[in-house]
Amino acid sequence: MKKIISGNEAIALSFGDSGGVFASGYPGTPSTETLEEVARLGEVYCEWAPNEKVALESAIGASIAGGRSLSTMKHVGVNVAADALMTLTYTGVNAGLILMVADDPGMHSSQNEQDSRNYAKFAKVPMLDPADSQEAYDFVRAGFEISEQFDTPVMLRTTTRISHAKGVVEQTAKIQPKVGEWVRNVPKYVMLPNFGKIKHVEVEARLLKLQEFAESSPLNRVEMGDKALGIITSGVSYQHVKEAYPNASVLKLGLVHPLPMNKIREFAGSVKRLMIVEEMDAIFEEQIRAAGVRVDIGKDRISLCGEVSADIVRAAAGDAVAKSAAPVEGLPQRPPTFCPGCAHRGLFSILSKLKAFVSGDIGCYTLGALPPMSAMHSTICMGASISAAHGMAKVNEIAGRTEKPVAVIGDSTFFHSGITGLLSMAYNKSNALVIIMDNRTTGMTGGQENPGSGRVLQGEPAGQVNIKDLVKVLGVEHVVEINTYDLAATEAAIKKGLETPGPYVLIDKNPCILRYRVKKPTIAVNQDTCTGCRACLKAACVALGLTASGDKPKVRIDPNICNGCGVCSQLCKFDAMSEA
Amino acid sequence: MNVFNIVIAGVGGQGVLMASKVLAESALKSGMDVKQNEVHGMAQRGGSVISFVRIGDKVSSPVVMPGTADILISFEPLEALRYLHYLKPGGKVVYSRVTINPSTVASGLALYPADVEAQIKAKCSNSHAIEALSIAHEAGNAKAVNMVMVGSVMKSLPLESGVIEGVVAELSQGKGVDVNLKALRGGAAAA
Repeated sequence: MKKIISGNEAIALSFGDSGGVFASGYPGTPSTETLEEVARLGEVYCEWAPNEKVALESAIGASIAGGRSLSTMKHVGVNVAADALMTLTYTGVNAGLILMVADDPGMHSSQNEQDSRNYAKFAKVPMLDPADSQEAYDFVRAGFEISEQFDTPVMLRTTTRISHAKGVVEQTAKIQPKVGEWVRNVPKYVMLPNFGKIKHVEVEARLLKLQEFAESSPLNRVEMGDKALGIITSGVSYQHVKEAYPNASVLKLGLVHPLPMNKIREFAGSVKRLMIVEEMDAIFEEQIRAAGVRVDIGKDRISLCGEVSADIVRAAAGDAVAKSAAPVEGLPQRPPTFCPGCAHRGLFSILSKLKAFVSGDIGCYTLGALPPMSAMHSTICMGASISAAHGMAKVNEIAGRTEKPVAVIGDSTFFHSGITGLLSMAYNKSNALVIIMDNRTTGMTGGQENPGSGRVLQGEPAGQVNIKDLVKVLGVEHVVEINTYDLAATEAAIKKGLETPGPYVLIDKNPCILRYRVKKPTIAVNQDTCTGCRACLKAACVALGLTASGDKPKVRIDPNICNGCGVCSQLCKFDAMSEA
Repeated sequence: MNVFNIVIAGVGGQGVLMASKVLAESALKSGMDVKQNEVHGMAQRGGSVISFVRIGDKVSSPVVMPGTADILISFEPLEALRYLHYLKPGGKVVYSRVTINPSTVASGLALYPADVEAQIKAKCSNSHAIEALSIAHEAGNAKAVNMVMVGSVMKSLPLESGVIEGVVAELSQGKGVDVNLKALRGGAAAA
């Protein structure tokens, strides 16, 4: 039966159909739905790991124990898992292992634009790059076969337009999962230097065999058409190429590392102009040029930044694109913002007021950097809020500055990689304040479970980490719980934390209103007492708005949107706001 | 049939994805190829959302290029104006008249343009405003605005209304079946 499913759903479906036994990952847009779908299908064991390194290492263990395994993450997650990956490539696998990585060209929801094809080259592992949902489905099966045939982990790479785009998929016959032997093989799995030296030679030999395989594999196919223009491409770029030039000759790469250089050379020789269309880095182009093949159009005409489109492809080849009216300029932006009722709103109202230096992290609370809060001054990667604040605190100390930096981090990010930073803070006696916004979910990616939420991926009950106890065990003396819906008390607590020397941790435990469907009585504005001073607008809540009429417009609250958190009413200096 | 390009715009939380799903599933049921794509992630937090549904004999790219959309369905007037340039010459825009303040307006950093509807009309001769919220209320649920909007364009799509109704019934649950079908038909009647 044909279905319309996303690339992520296709990978999940195929994992179950291809004898998958174990899946572990960490949420990250655009990869998140893959494991959620494995859980929804309910056939194969799957779990959220606290971070990507743990996820991949767990998948390695599953493979050694004889089960086909899958590890899912977004591109920056591979940075965290890279330690495991770079030695996994030496040990190889027992049962097949696929590392699915979802890149985000165009940075729809990421802190950087990172081309994971670099990791395939770096780790010397094969990488598959599907061009639609059907290929995402098919390449999981192919990936396990390659993994087991060549004794290697296989990277399955998607991009946002593959992971989140839906297309028609037909399933193939299901392979029943069977768990193989739990292998003991010391020279293969214990990477002491003497064993590692032997394995490295094997890795290089494996790469040559994979290159041979790439030459003849149907994963790389030539679609011969008009020979005036030949295009080498892969992934979603292939779709843009087909849109731009339905009749051009195309060498479509499904296995993007290692490259089938003989096939490429032959293709290049058969067309008049050779164009390479790849998103982000010039991975194909550099290798193809290095092999002495003439490239006519490549990264000189297609940006290294952002996504490719059919128009970009046509423009690069020097052809006209469909004329469109210019976008209307000067419209008010509609950026994402804290949900009405979100507990982060109160915190950032206070941090903004106190003008503290805020070392931020990855999560919904990163939105605190946007105006009018403008209360975040650095955000690097998962967990960096605490470690970076520590470095700031030390330099402040050296410089004789008394101001304390404030690190803001969420529960899931704290579990992911904030704990070690806080350990360093306690150990190295940092003069910093850490605020942990424990809303009991992985919010920004859509509300996934984590070790503090009390449930596992499938929703069944699990143990719940007590963050306060954990922080104390790490060696932090001052740990105080706060309630960010109470602005005055929150301000007092933050001030005390900033005044007390040494590491100081505040924890807010209000749940995510979106994930836990919290609904409070709405607030209304008394139009007689509202002076139109706009102090409440600093709450940056979309439920607030100004009345259209009058020379001094007053504030009104949309009862369909308000979630009654009361932050705006606490910002009001004229008592004009109360429960409706 | 050549590819028919639909763009659906709105605000995070308005049900753009569900509307897209209805159209995509209807196309599949009608034996067409289809690609649907919207970017989610940060958009869920009240941000601007845009979704593409492309249907036809064979669809390659999941992305609609500016200047090529046959129809733009917007759940909010400002978002209709924001994405109007996706329409091809002679393309049609249908939008819900209820405004939702962006956070930039709600926090006093920007003004919601008073003449949004006039601007849409000036830029597109084939524009249609729908009282989607009141129709959704009448159908029994304010959240059924997305189905009202699908209904409002039903006759302009290369899809049978009966097929769309069947998909809406299939994808809805319990009382939602009745509400969504009423909203769909209410939208169609208002178009």
